[in-house]
Amino acid sequence: MIYLDQAATSWPKPPEVLKAMTDVLENAGGNPGRSGHRLSIAAARIIYDTREEISRFFGVSDPLRVIFTGNATHAINLALKGILKPGDHVITSSMEHNAVMRPLRNLEKRGIRLSIVQCASNGTLDAKDIGGMVASDTRLVVMAHASNVVGTLLPVAEVAAIVHQAGALLLVDVAQTAGIIPMDMTAMGIDLLAFTGHKELQGPPGIGGLVIADHIDIAQIDPLICGGTGSRSESEEQPDDLPDKFESGTANLAGIAGLGAGLRWLKDRGIEEICAHLKTLSRMLIDGLSAFPEVKIYGTLDLARSIAVVSFTVAGRHVSEIGFRLDEEYGVLSRVGLHCAPAAHKTIGSFPEGTVRLAPGVFTTTDDIRLAIRAIGRVIRS
Amino acid sequence: MTLHGVILFHTTSSVLRAEKRLIKEGFATRLVPTPRQFSSDCGIALRFDWNDHERITSMLGEEKVEFDAIHFLDANPV
Repeated sequence: MIYLDQAATSWPKPPEVLKAMTDVLENAGGNPGRSGHRLSIAAARIIYDTREEISRFFGVSDPLRVIFTGNATHAINLALKGILKPGDHVITSSMEHNAVMRPLRNLEKRGIRLSIVQCASNGTLDAKDIGGMVASDTRLVVMAHASNVVGTLLPVAEVAAIVHQAGALLLVDVAQTAGIIPMDMTAMGIDLLAFTGHKELQGPPGIGGLVIADHIDIAQIDPLICGGTGSRSESEEQPDDLPDKFESGTANLAGIAGLGAGLRWLKDRGIEEICAHLKTLSRMLIDGLSAFPEVKIYGTLDLARSIAVVSFTVAGRHVSEIGFRLDEEYGVLSRVGLHCAPAAHKTIGSFPEGTVRLAPGVFTTTDDIRLAIRAIGRVIRS
Repeated sequence: MTLHGVILFHTTSSVLRAEKRLIKEGFATRLVPTPRQFSSDCGIALRFDWNDHERITSMLGEEKVEFDAIHFLDANPV
């Protein structure tokens, strides 16, 4: 089997991740922050240590500014719904996943003004177009670091400069790039960063987070959910302390332990090396697919401006048929359709049919790509 | 007999952050259930050797480590 659906979730996971998850449930199974016994303390330490690793990973100095959520979608909702108020203006790109689009459309019904900046058909965004949309009531700009459909990178640092000049905040969805591109929130000018654990950070599903830059005043962010935190228990009001203000309810201990192990594994493996390996695989995919005249590849096809996510269609054929036959006949696992990103497919011209998406990962080999290209050739010619 | 003090915090994360700093400075600390006579919070507090309390108080202040309160921990609370 050749798994080329890493952009949906990474698989397989490093054995260290699985071990950390079973270890924590066996040996540190208390409820962190609720009780004072050894199992509760052991659990709290694992969570705190993972918070520290994540803060270092993304370049914030205060670990308490790492807010654990269920996934990137949850983190994006927390930031958008916590900050935007009726009358505020928010800007996003036309390449966004529904994790961004749907909460924005929901907020639009509650009196928030939404502008969507049109990207080019290869998925690129001209930062100046954001500048043209910024107004005095612009509160926030939200965008993906890279498209989950075509892998095109958006110019985060350039947009950050424009956003900050206007006195607004920048929220970036790094679901597709965390773990394959070295990232420093401060250097990139990111105010709020939403990540998921289960993609290239090598963690399990069900854990993600919002990282709040050191300079952001948290008083301007309302919690998405309220409830028990183990702190200030005499009060029926939600506490203002970080991270408890945004983390009600029992934490996903096994998920956090697995994510911590994933981060340590990434550090040992080296993100620069992973990045280089994925570029090699991406080049092979683009070159291999380009040899078939009936295939149309979307995106920039420029490795300096994209990550290893390759989308294509085949003239006269349904993407669902291609995906099904690749799986059934050759064991090549892709993802076909709209990839939860209708706006992105409209932008690149593949709506409503969608594309076949191939996304290799750190464990994918060059042989896997050769076999996958051969399989695609056979499927489209028979 | 060692006399102890206890530092209270508003969150578990703050306790663990302070504990790491104190251990790094060589102080002997222990996480204990929050003593009920000082707080109704759930969770844990940081116990330390009362002889260190002045040095610890000034260190927490200098490094701007947030905490709620410091108390002398009577061995036989009423």
